[in-house]
Amino acid sequence: MLDVRDLQKIYTGRNRTVEALRNLTFHIDAGELVCLVGPSGCGKTTLLKCMAGLLTPTDGEVMLDGRPVSGPPPGMAVVFQEYGRSLFAWMNVRDNVALPLRRKKLGKARERELVEHALEVVGLADAQHAHPWQLSGGMQQRVAIARAVAFEPKVLLMDEPFAAVDAQTRAELEDLIRRLWHELGVTVLFVTHDIDEAVYLGQRTIILSASPTVVLEDLAIDLADERDQLHTRASTRFAELRSHVYEQIQRAKHHNGDTERTGAAGAADDLALQISEP
Amino acid sequence: MLRTTVLTAGKRVSLVLGLPAVLFAVWWFATAGSTDFYVPPLSTVLQKFGEVWTGARLESDVLPSLLRLGAGYLLAVVIGVGLGLLVGLSRVVRDVLEPVLELFRAIPPPVLVPVIMLFAGIGDTMKVIVIVSGCVWPILLNTVEGVRAVDEVLSDTCRSYGIGGPSRLWHLVLRSASPQIVTGMRQSLSIGIILMVISEMFAASNGLGFTIVQFQRSFAIPEMWSGVLLLGLLGFVLSLLFRLAENRILAWYHGLRRAQRTP
Repeated sequence: MLDVRDLQKIYTGRNRTVEALRNLTFHIDAGELVCLVGPSGCGKTTLLKCMAGLLTPTDGEVMLDGRPVSGPPPGMAVVFQEYGRSLFAWMNVRDNVALPLRRKKLGKARERELVEHALEVVGLADAQHAHPWQLSGGMQQRVAIARAVAFEPKVLLMDEPFAAVDAQTRAELEDLIRRLWHELGVTVLFVTHDIDEAVYLGQRTIILSASPTVVLEDLAIDLADERDQLHTRASTRFAELRSHVYEQIQRAKHHNGDTERTGAAGAADDLALQISEP
Repeated sequence: MLRTTVLTAGKRVSLVLGLPAVLFAVWWFATAGSTDFYVPPLSTVLQKFGEVWTGARLESDVLPSLLRLGAGYLLAVVIGVGLGLLVGLSRVVRDVLEPVLELFRAIPPPVLVPVIMLFAGIGDTMKVIVIVSGCVWPILLNTVEGVRAVDEVLSDTCRSYGIGGPSRLWHLVLRSASPQIVTGMRQSLSIGIILMVISEMFAASNGLGFTIVQFQRSFAIPEMWSGVLLLGLLGFVLSLLFRLAENRILAWYHGLRRAQRTP
């Protein structure tokens, strides 16, 4: 379904190059819910933008359904962290959700149906005519999620969507994502820096190193499919997985593409790296 | 709640109208019984106002002026926003046009009147061009700023949902630049009124500017003052209408600002 192969991204600025992503390879099956977790500033957003076709990688490729991603693919929706900036302040909630559908030319009735259903599943049926700035942060992010749901994507990419909402709202929204994933059968890639969230949400958690980023571990989350905030988080297995991811992230802070390679790669490779590093 | 809104509404009206009323009273009493030929009593000016600016003159002078102002202003909006979009969206266009625009912007439009007269004659075209040449700058520069400040996250959102072309231009670029565009339009409105008068002072056979100069040259001083008063009132009414339109169009923006101030 979604394949990331040898992905590398180097930002070139004036007298300074920054290698954000070193070498990333992973695979996501159709219908999976996968979390990506890594230390702060590890290039998660860069990775997500490359996958969404919003950034061109320096090397390597992203394949969606066997086809390389060269621009934003039609079957993909992205939910950004900055809900306040990803909604159109001059449109009401309904129009915000409906705008991406217009291009699909589904006909008025179908469009209306999709919008209303999407708003209902996120619990915003009553807020259709409000403007985003009249809503709380959590509700604004729900609008962004409703917009993605109405778009009927095959893949849903989420970039730390709950990083800016309060803890209670966050728990609600996490359960909302689990529910939507079950109901819609959509493939979800959820980027986060929150370890609990990474363990609670997904079927798999991909742990990233510090920048320049490589995949540290691809961890299967063997918790029961039926999850709830109280019992799942209180279970022993959750605690074990959580500590494991926590340890990995701690390790990741001092571990990146460079340290990873020093062991395996030859001296010539190291030299080349030193030259290319800022 | 209702009581306070009524009170604040009353308070606002008195705040808005207070100073003009005081100034008017000062003018009235300072000139009452004035024998100075050039500063006639306000009562005389008001009496002349009623005589001069009703009936035939509305059609023969006020209307042509307003039409020129309207045409020039609208044209300036179209050119300013259109060019502003181009300059704001394309780096290449910006690099090519910026020095030239800076040069033209620095030229005061009244200086251009004789030049424009050479190729556009002394008719309405000349006057409209003069108005455009002054009004276009604030609109153009503010549009460029607004277009360049389009939020990156929102722009990415549009791209990932495949919102492009005219749809992106309208729903993203123009709408998010609209607060700045409106700011430019507000600045241009007063410039437009000034240039309307100036262009009619040079070579014209009708219009407000023409009539006021005529009065001055024929020593019809109270009539001249009444024309000045009319220009002031015109500016006031136009800015009031502008404010009303702005409150409708930018209701979302004012709401957003209020929401950001009280988190």
